[in-house]
Amino acid sequence: MNIEILFYLFAAMTIFAALRVITARNPLHAVLFLVLTFVSCAGIWMLLEAEFLALTLVLVYVGAVMVLFLFVVMMLDINIEQLRHGFLRWLPVGLLLAGLIGVQMVWVLGAPEINAGRYPAVHSADYSNTKELGRLIYTDYVYPFELAAVVLLVAMVAAIALTLRRRRGTRRQDISKQIKVSKKDRLRIVSVPSARAAGAAQNVVESGEHAAD
Amino acid sequence: MMEAQILQFFQWFWNLFGLWDLLWGFIKPAWPLIWTVIKIVAIIAPLMIGVAYLTLTERKVLGFMQIRPGPNRVGYWGLLQPIVDGVKLLFKEIIIPTGANKFLFIMAPALSLAVALAAWAVVPFGDTLILANVNAGLLYLLSLTSLGVYGIIIAGWSSNSKYSFLGAMRSAAQMVSYELAMGFALVCVLLAAQSLNLGDIVRGQQNGYGLLGWYFIPLFPMFVVYFIAGVAETNRSPFDLSEGESEIVAGFHVEYSGMGFAMFFLAEYANMILIAALATVFFLGGWLPPLDIAPFNKIPGLFWMIGKMFIMLFLFLWFRASFPRYRYDQLMRLGWKVFIPLTLVWVVVVATWMQTPYWLW
Repeated sequence: MNIEILFYLFAAMTIFAALRVITARNPLHAVLFLVLTFVSCAGIWMLLEAEFLALTLVLVYVGAVMVLFLFVVMMLDINIEQLRHGFLRWLPVGLLLAGLIGVQMVWVLGAPEINAGRYPAVHSADYSNTKELGRLIYTDYVYPFELAAVVLLVAMVAAIALTLRRRRGTRRQDISKQIKVSKKDRLRIVSVPSARAAGAAQNVVESGEHAAD
Repeated sequence: MMEAQILQFFQWFWNLFGLWDLLWGFIKPAWPLIWTVIKIVAIIAPLMIGVAYLTLTERKVLGFMQIRPGPNRVGYWGLLQPIVDGVKLLFKEIIIPTGANKFLFIMAPALSLAVALAAWAVVPFGDTLILANVNAGLLYLLSLTSLGVYGIIIAGWSSNSKYSFLGAMRSAAQMVSYELAMGFALVCVLLAAQSLNLGDIVRGQQNGYGLLGWYFIPLFPMFVVYFIAGVAETNRSPFDLSEGESEIVAGFHVEYSGMGFAMFFLAEYANMILIAALATVFFLGGWLPPLDIAPFNKIPGLFWMIGKMFIMLFLFLWFRASFPRYRYDQLMRLGWKVFIPLTLVWVVVVATWMQTPYWLW
């Protein structure tokens, strides 16, 4: 089956990239491998006919979140040796956590209910995954969905409130004030004496200066 | 239909040498792949020629707007100029700076060009003229255009130069901010069309009254926001802060020479054409004629599509000739404080409007 070959390709890529995220020496390379992990995950989701989720994963995580991540990692001067310090000391904790996650995954994925839906159901050609998902979100799961949205909003407001720092004495532009400015607020037209009279006066001054030399 | 014709042509051609049956035995299993590659070439080749001549058009238009002739030495009316430029760039030495991250430095231009070309897969040129008729086409486009920023950031970082890095930082922040406004503008379009499929979006604008049915009428503010955000996304003047010749030399591609530079150039122009094509599909009725009467609707749709794209591309050039570059804080203000609130409100307006009987589209 073509789909199966593709699945193993994407799966191998995901695992390889995920391993490289934690083994790469350069933090920037680690971030780029994380991007690759997301993209190959999106590929796997696409094979499951979940095109909406796959494309949203790319759009949100790869297109926005990871760009900001990359932004931060590029700005920081991370000393990788310092990060590796105490690797052996924390290794048992890490292994324990990894083992725990592994056991959980086996439990969940090994359950008979999961095995029943191992292959995606076959749909007709005009089946729209996006439409189905939208229908479910806004009917059966509307409360959990709205709740999640509110939690995100609160997190966003909290993040802004925590980092917002008003400094005294900064100058800023008020664009609407600038647009409202009219000619008479800024410009004063004065009457200048005629050119000849002014020129004559200038000549007198200049010759006077020469005389002083 | 077209597939059968092309197959017939191949059959006729190879039958001249009596080789058809032999060849077809080999080709048949791979034919769907070959057919897709043929279609891809049929899109990419005219696109690349379009990019080449867009550069010439740009220089000519800028020239005329500034009352000078523009390039007029190579070929009649300067028509061979893009080819000469291409050859020059091809033969230039590729310089990799010491201290640059070599792999990423070489990958970056390829990445930005690949993303710019891959987005063309779902753009419809006619009722059936489309490479991949994807249901979630609009989402695919949004996610691919959001990947375009990686080429620029990686180029800026891997060059290991301060100017490049500044350009990359500017560009990353700018593209992430304008993506939101662009996305919300497109949410209005998909509300109006009730579909994410680009072909269906164009068909939704067909109502027998020609251009009165196009979405730029009910969604006019979104059309403006989309196009301006598109100019910002492609890093074109007046939003070309990531290049900013007068401040940071050439921004993210300072260190690139020869084909590396040429590929960024190709990607930028391919993106411009893409934004023009998308504005056409979303707001200007794609391949539909402006008046649904005899002389107009007999002309093939591809002609209308390209004509509308040309108008949008001209706007890009006109902007460049007319406006001074934005200051960075003004750019951020426009994106976050003007466009995003405006588009958010308009999404609600359109959604409400569609529930009333006054929605005519």
